[in-house]
Amino acid sequence: MLRIEHAYWLIAAFLLYSGWRNLRDRHLWHAAFWIVLGLLFGAGDFILAQSTAGHALPAQVAGAGVIALALLAPQLKRMAHPESSSAEQRLQSAIRLGHMLFVPALLIPLVTLLVALFGAYLAIGRHALFATPQMTLTGLALACVVALFAASVVARTPMHEGVAEGRRLLDAIGWAALLPLLLAALGQVFTQSGVGAAIAAIATDFLPTGNATAALLAFALGMVLFTVIMGNAFAAFPVMMAGIGLPLLIRQHGAHPAILGSMGMLCGYCGTLLTPMAADFNLVPAALLELRNPYGVIRAQAWSALWIFICTFLLMWMLVFH
Amino acid sequence: MNYWPLLGVAVIVVGFALRFNAVPVVVTAAIVSGLLAGLSVPDLLALLGKSFVSARMLLLFVLTLPAIGLLERAGLREHAQRWMARLQNMTLARLLIGYLLLRQLLATVGLTGVAGPAQTVRPLLAPMGEAAAEKILPGFDEADREELRAVASATDNIGRFFGEDVFIALGAVLLIQGFYSQHGIELSPLAIALWALPTAIAAFAIQSVRIWLYQRRLQRRATALRNGQGN
Repeated sequence: MLRIEHAYWLIAAFLLYSGWRNLRDRHLWHAAFWIVLGLLFGAGDFILAQSTAGHALPAQVAGAGVIALALLAPQLKRMAHPESSSAEQRLQSAIRLGHMLFVPALLIPLVTLLVALFGAYLAIGRHALFATPQMTLTGLALACVVALFAASVVARTPMHEGVAEGRRLLDAIGWAALLPLLLAALGQVFTQSGVGAAIAAIATDFLPTGNATAALLAFALGMVLFTVIMGNAFAAFPVMMAGIGLPLLIRQHGAHPAILGSMGMLCGYCGTLLTPMAADFNLVPAALLELRNPYGVIRAQAWSALWIFICTFLLMWMLVFH
Repeated sequence: MNYWPLLGVAVIVVGFALRFNAVPVVVTAAIVSGLLAGLSVPDLLALLGKSFVSARMLLLFVLTLPAIGLLERAGLREHAQRWMARLQNMTLARLLIGYLLLRQLLATVGLTGVAGPAQTVRPLLAPMGEAAAEKILPGFDEADREELRAVASATDNIGRFFGEDVFIALGAVLLIQGFYSQHGIELSPLAIALWALPTAIAAFAIQSVRIWLYQRRLQRRATALRNGQGN
């Protein structure tokens, strides 16, 4: 049975391979960075299982590993690997292979889609082929393997050269790849440290309570700001609802709960478009697309975010009190 | 109420504003907040380690890199560009708006993992967009290319965000329903998801207009360039 853990092991193997290749090329900082990360990925299930069983030591070692990654990250200079093929070679290959090149690239979304839609029904004998949790993401991992195989057939290149190309891209992305995980961990630490509760306490102290429109505006802007700080609308929602939404808007001013919840969450999404804290949507794509400005994607979507926020707020204001 | 853990937020704001390397900034913020909240060092380390490995799915995109890398070496981007250059009726705006619509519809039915910056934007949408832009404005330079890739990635994000909230069995809607049910208000997921539709439509319209304006800006520069040469 295929589980999401298998995908994590595959990632661990890829990271360790990248570390090993960098070690061979004498890029010691890169090597150390990817090897530590690879070990954290490989040991992840063990760490979580031990932690559930009440043994904290593996998780503490992992925490030390995270700090080691933080110390290594500034040492990773942007490293431009020489292109492994010339523009002329790529053009010749493009002319020769034509639309066949699209097939493996499209297999990634296609196989993911098929697993997401039909994965639950696939079985060998009485054993389900895919585990239910995270089935789409398991499908994505499988799709990547299928696509690599197809790409090596189409391009008549051995698969290990694909992995070497992948390592080249990974080095180009560098530490930015790590940010989403670190920010998720930071969110957990913020929650445990009561950061959300403290912000909510400050916000409610300064709140206009009498005027429904002012309270609604405070709620909507609070969703945006809190999402910008936490990087995630899901973290902002319970705080703003418990602080303003439920006691003031719903209980006192009779706001419609479904509209307030749904549109309030969407105000938070506008904040997600604006913040480097949502690294997986804003900073990782910038690195992946080789933009020199790490905030390039945020800049491109800022005006959209503002207009979507204004529309959502106006709609909410017109609908929510009826 | 202990307000000291808020200094962790200050670390983030200052660190990002001064453009320090983001990785140590984030880890420092976590350590500052945790210690000021009174967590012991071993507890803080365990919390950090456990939350980090629990978020491993966020690195899944690296698995696309070997296949994408191999295809790019075999000329995927060059082919996408050549193909776009041949399609007469496919303008930049049509390409990006079509992608926006597709991405949003897929997210509406819960298929957010099907497309994304690594899966579709870098290998397909960005090179096609570059070719479409070159048809409008010859001499599209490196800075222009970066802006175009940023616009493509922004379009991908907006399509995803304002589609997924309409899907009833995923993340946002369940979180909203769960919050209300904890506080004694029972709502059906469908009742919540339906109210995401107006914003979904507004987001599509707004991003489409912005894409169209972006294309018009390129067209005007091309016109100015031609007039400049004519004189």
